[in-house]
Amino acid sequence: MENYVWLIPVLPLAAFIVTLLLGRWWIKESAHWIPILAMMGSLGLSLAAFIQIRGAKEPVVVELWRWFSVGSFQVPFALQIDQLSAVMLLVVSGVGLLIFIYSKGYMHGDPGYYRFFAYMSLFAFSMLMLVLASNYLLLYFGWEAVGLCSYYLIGYYYHKPEAAAAGKKAFLVNRVGDFGFGLGVMLIFVSFGTLDYVGVFEQVSAGAAGQGVLIGIALLLFMGAMGKSAQFPLHVWLPDAMEGPTPVSALIHAATMVTAGVYLVARSSVIFASAPAALLVVGAIGTFTAIFAAVIGICQKDIKKVLAYSTVSQLGYMFMALGAGAWAIAIFHLVTHAFFKALLFLGAGSVIHSLGGEQDMDKMGGLAKRIPATYYTLVAGALALSGIFPFAGFWSKDDILGSVWRDGKYLFWAVGLIAAFITAFYTFRMIFMTFFGKARMDEETQKHVHESPWSMIVPLVVLAVASLLGGFLGLPGKLGVIQSFLEPVFAPANHILGIEEHGLKAIDYALMVVSLLVAMLGIAFAWLIYVRRPKDLPLFFGALLRPAYKVVYNKFYVDEFYAATVVRLTVDGSRWVWHRFDEYVIDGAVHGVAWCWQGAGRLVRPLQTGRVQNYLLGMFIGVFVIVTAVVFL
Amino acid sequence: MGATPADMPIPVDWYLYLSAALFIVGAAGVLMRRNLFIILFSLELMMNAVNINLVGFSRFHENLVGQNFVLFTMAVAAAEAAVGLAIATALFRNRQTLMVDLFDRMKG
Repeated sequence: MENYVWLIPVLPLAAFIVTLLLGRWWIKESAHWIPILAMMGSLGLSLAAFIQIRGAKEPVVVELWRWFSVGSFQVPFALQIDQLSAVMLLVVSGVGLLIFIYSKGYMHGDPGYYRFFAYMSLFAFSMLMLVLASNYLLLYFGWEAVGLCSYYLIGYYYHKPEAAAAGKKAFLVNRVGDFGFGLGVMLIFVSFGTLDYVGVFEQVSAGAAGQGVLIGIALLLFMGAMGKSAQFPLHVWLPDAMEGPTPVSALIHAATMVTAGVYLVARSSVIFASAPAALLVVGAIGTFTAIFAAVIGICQKDIKKVLAYSTVSQLGYMFMALGAGAWAIAIFHLVTHAFFKALLFLGAGSVIHSLGGEQDMDKMGGLAKRIPATYYTLVAGALALSGIFPFAGFWSKDDILGSVWRDGKYLFWAVGLIAAFITAFYTFRMIFMTFFGKARMDEETQKHVHESPWSMIVPLVVLAVASLLGGFLGLPGKLGVIQSFLEPVFAPANHILGIEEHGLKAIDYALMVVSLLVAMLGIAFAWLIYVRRPKDLPLFFGALLRPAYKVVYNKFYVDEFYAATVVRLTVDGSRWVWHRFDEYVIDGAVHGVAWCWQGAGRLVRPLQTGRVQNYLLGMFIGVFVIVTAVVFL
Repeated sequence: MGATPADMPIPVDWYLYLSAALFIVGAAGVLMRRNLFIILFSLELMMNAVNINLVGFSRFHENLVGQNFVLFTMAVAAAEAAVGLAIATALFRNRQTLMVDLFDRMKG
């Protein structure tokens, strides 16, 4: 394993370099082959690593070279494989490969075809580096690199002002979180003198740091996670990020990059377990985000925006699980979510593709018969997201609610359950508005509705199968394959928290039934409103809850709040500094220096007469003085 | 100063007086005359002042290094005259004058 691990990230990097350099003039329309082959290679090697690391007690660390070596600040450029990174590797390269194949069909004929695949490869490299890092600094490198790729790809249609603005917004909002993350990394180094996971976690387990320091580190790291994983109040960038192409939304803004925050907290489980106060914050933010984003999802008209808020909400669930110390279950939900949310996005992309770019659900409807392959796979994804037995989402979401219950956080459990109801409701609202009822698009579009090419359907089918069967990896209790696989990574944290493995009790079955019923109720409610009586009920509820509807439709005015406070303050403050400080102090200093030298020049200018004899006279006098001095002194 | 050699009819001091006088005349010419040709001639004077000095001492010390050196000086002086006259010609073509005090375009 030591000798091939480095190839896993390097293959996509090579694909990026080749595609970027040769794509424009040479590879052009076949730019997808090299990245797809590179991803296949990464997936194969990830599988090999996954099989080899199975059951290993210690992580395997491969030091490639020494990155920083300044006094006691020693940072190796080293990759670490353990069960957690192996799972992440499989998710990133597996889902990534499917989305690359899908992109071949979806992006076909786009003028920036090679550019798209180049950036996607760069993203794959960055994400694989992120999960393979063996210390916080390398993690930070991957973290920033995926953010950069996200910026590139959100602004992929750079000629659209909204896309360019959305890219900028994503980058800036992430800066807020990354600022905290950076401080957290520094605090780790100051407290422990090392940044290697192994070293840090050993010292934390041994109690080398006080409670205050640990809470500080945990909260700062969580701040980074909040930015990257779009948790309230830093969630505002993710819905706007939907301006990017749909495969980007599926890969970066649903399946992989946004889960980096979850990965970070799970990776630092020892630190969080030692700081219970921080763990409570994680759980509270996650729970609040889960319901907050789900509520906004109800009122969205853009099919991708619905899915975006759904992603924010599901990430909230993952943090809820982390807050209850259910690390493995959070990762389990991360995996199943990667399957079904990628499926939903790709399916939505297929719908958009078949309608020639239409994203507004008010202009869809009646598509079930027209694009059956997309319809069936998308329904599979929706069932998984809603948590219907036996789809993947049922197992993972139920595991989360169960673990929160066992942790004694009944309030979180109740909120999570309501969010599950809302999730089922908005998911099937989306399905019903898209595929059922009368077609609401115009004649011209309707004539051109077509099923997508095979390169888009195959990934949909694969992901649909994964969404159907993926849940059986993480059956509750002692049956869970993924839980026992991840056991060596999370054992120290579980030891600190005193969490024991448990058998299934009656209460667990009861909780399962309750959440299943709630999800089905949500679907039934959506069916009643949007299929049974689409003419009057949506309007009726809209009128009944008019003020509330308006607030939710405007996303609780969070963007407006930021515009009026943070953005306004920054802009006005900067303008003040520009007019006062920059124009007077900086410019004043520069102009002052120039003025001084100008004056000095004017003073000595007459010395240069331009007549050669004057200079010669000076020379003679000079020589005379020197000779006199040498001879007579 | 050491003893004058027996076969040196004029003592070395006189060479030095002559050379110094010649040099001063040349330097004054270079510094004060306006005509570029006169300046060039004055330069030759200064160079010859140095030559006399060298020859005088060569005789005085009874070795030929000084005289040898003078030959080189003369060759260089010839070259310098050629270059100087070429410059003078070029200047005249440009400005229709050789009065050096009129060449003051580099005035600050």
